[in-house]
Amino acid sequence: MIKIVKRDQPSRAIFFFTPVLAIFLTLVAGGLIFFILGFKPFEALKFFFIVPIADKYGFSELLLKATPLCLIAIGLSFCFKSNNWNIGAEGQLTFGAIVSGGVALLFYEQEGFYILPIVILAGAIGGMLYASIPAILKTYFNTNEILVSLMLVYVSKLILDYLVVGPWSNPEGFNFPETRQFSDSAKLPLLFEGLRIHAGIFLALAAVVISWFVFYKTYLGFQMKVSGFSLKTAKYAGYKGKKMIILVFLISGACAGLAGVGEITGPIGQLHREISPDYGFTAIIVAFLGRLHPVGIIFASLVVAITYLGAETAQIFMQIPKYTGQVFQGMILFFLLASDYLLFFKFKFIGSKK
Amino acid sequence: MIIDINFIGLIIASIMASAVPLILASCGELITERSGVLNLGVEGMMIIGAISGFALMTVTGSLIIAIFGAMLAGVLISTIFAFLTQTLITNHVATGLALTIFGIGISAMIGKNFVGIPGKEFPVLFEGFKDTIPLLGPILFGHSIVFYFAFALPFITSYFLKKTKIGLIVRAVGDSPESASNQGINVRLVRYACILYGGAMSGLAGAYLSMIYTPQWIENMTGGRGWIALALVVFSTWNPIKILIGAMIFGGLTIIQFHMQAIGVRIPVQFLTALPYIVTIIVLVVISRDSRKIRLSTPSSLGKSFYKDN
Repeated sequence: MIKIVKRDQPSRAIFFFTPVLAIFLTLVAGGLIFFILGFKPFEALKFFFIVPIADKYGFSELLLKATPLCLIAIGLSFCFKSNNWNIGAEGQLTFGAIVSGGVALLFYEQEGFYILPIVILAGAIGGMLYASIPAILKTYFNTNEILVSLMLVYVSKLILDYLVVGPWSNPEGFNFPETRQFSDSAKLPLLFEGLRIHAGIFLALAAVVISWFVFYKTYLGFQMKVSGFSLKTAKYAGYKGKKMIILVFLISGACAGLAGVGEITGPIGQLHREISPDYGFTAIIVAFLGRLHPVGIIFASLVVAITYLGAETAQIFMQIPKYTGQVFQGMILFFLLASDYLLFFKFKFIGSKK
Repeated sequence: MIIDINFIGLIIASIMASAVPLILASCGELITERSGVLNLGVEGMMIIGAISGFALMTVTGSLIIAIFGAMLAGVLISTIFAFLTQTLITNHVATGLALTIFGIGISAMIGKNFVGIPGKEFPVLFEGFKDTIPLLGPILFGHSIVFYFAFALPFITSYFLKKTKIGLIVRAVGDSPESASNQGINVRLVRYACILYGGAMSGLAGAYLSMIYTPQWIENMTGGRGWIALALVVFSTWNPIKILIGAMIFGGLTIIQFHMQAIGVRIPVQFLTALPYIVTIIVLVVISRDSRKIRLSTPSSLGKSFYKDN
């Protein structure tokens, strides 16, 4: 007989094991979906998860997609750790891209070493400004940050749309919804000849290191952890709750803004209508899959980045609709949350007495 | 300038029509939240309802099968949410987000084969009475059955919560699951039921969009209405009648865009489109400022898991 018993303490080993279990279950369920759709499950999974990263170019594309995911997820982990539900990173990314793109356009056809740092900084500030809206409304007006940050996603995309169609559109661009090309000094340098991976990856790695330091070596990290466990305890300990809420939102806004910078100053080099395939939303899954741990988030961003590439490859080779990527992403989160059950409960085998 | 009074009636009717999906989804979510469960997956359930309704209508040709099929699809997808949050005690916010991402993906996957197919005409009731009364005629008559149902729903919901025994149980479970459980109420069962009901209403809201309001399948056609529906529940301070008012305001904002463009107001279209989202934020701020009122009207256990050792 099997009995379900509550654990006295959440198991730490299982804490890091369940993400792996979740990925495995997603593959099984994914294979099943492919089978239902009439594809050979193993072949489809191969096209989805192995073929896209089998060569040098594929690997570069993987890092290219993982970079913004990792960067945003690191920022979000500051929010999620402290019980702040910022789900509008997509909007902060877009607004960061708008501000940095605007600055880059100011330097149109100008060269200089100082341009790129200004453009990058502008993106971070843009993201912070945009994230400060839900943060301030939450702290001073008691407004639900989930809904506000989400509504702002739609607004940011409409602002971007207005700009690239209207005032910022390329005067020689035959009315295409895009701006002029940024000057070379405003672009993040590519790392290898012929590959699209760019210097933005260093921003992500820097974010990983800094966040690890903040989480585990500073008083702020400790405060965030306590607030995440219990807001009452945090209040009792005398933490400045409002300041912290605003701070974590600013950090995650800056990260999302930087991801936006990477998207427009990297391979593309201009602003256009669709700068992000919902990286801001997918990064929420990455943050959870990585267990809000900087190193975990690196791995998670790579795994989830494959779903983007796999969806494209599967579409080209097997005519599997590209939205399967999103289906996989949703499933990963479902399975991860479900396997968390094992954190708090265990199965106890009770021998039958004769 | 002479304004045709029936034209005003038509504008009001079109505002009401665009309010329908919001009312349906909000009233469903309101019941879910009253039982203490915060389901952020409304957008996902709605889009699943939209594609299921449209696909079933195209394949079977039956509007009845399509409408009920869409509701069933909403129920099925919300079962995932119910199982995770109630049986496996997962976090409501994260699970709801997963539901939305999953729903949008699945709907686009199924919908791939239905893009560009024209919809069917949905029958309207009392068409002949439209011209009998000035102003009120176009408002009251000539709408689909779903339209009438939506406008009755807030009153039914209010009656259900205030006057029926089951409604009382739902509220008890949401306000104090511990005491409800001690009274012998199966908290988990009640919450399961409320989540599935919310799924059915979101599914219906989606089907209204793809079968009646704009009879065709467009990817991502819910366009954030699910999120606005969630905001409406907060706006209403969990009072179904106020959902009606909120939904009319947002319906009005949507319709005004078209008319402002038509009369040549020189505002970029993107700003008009952004209006409902911006107004949602402003309204939320105004409502939430009074933190005491929010605290008193929010179901006490909203978003908190309930686990009973047995």
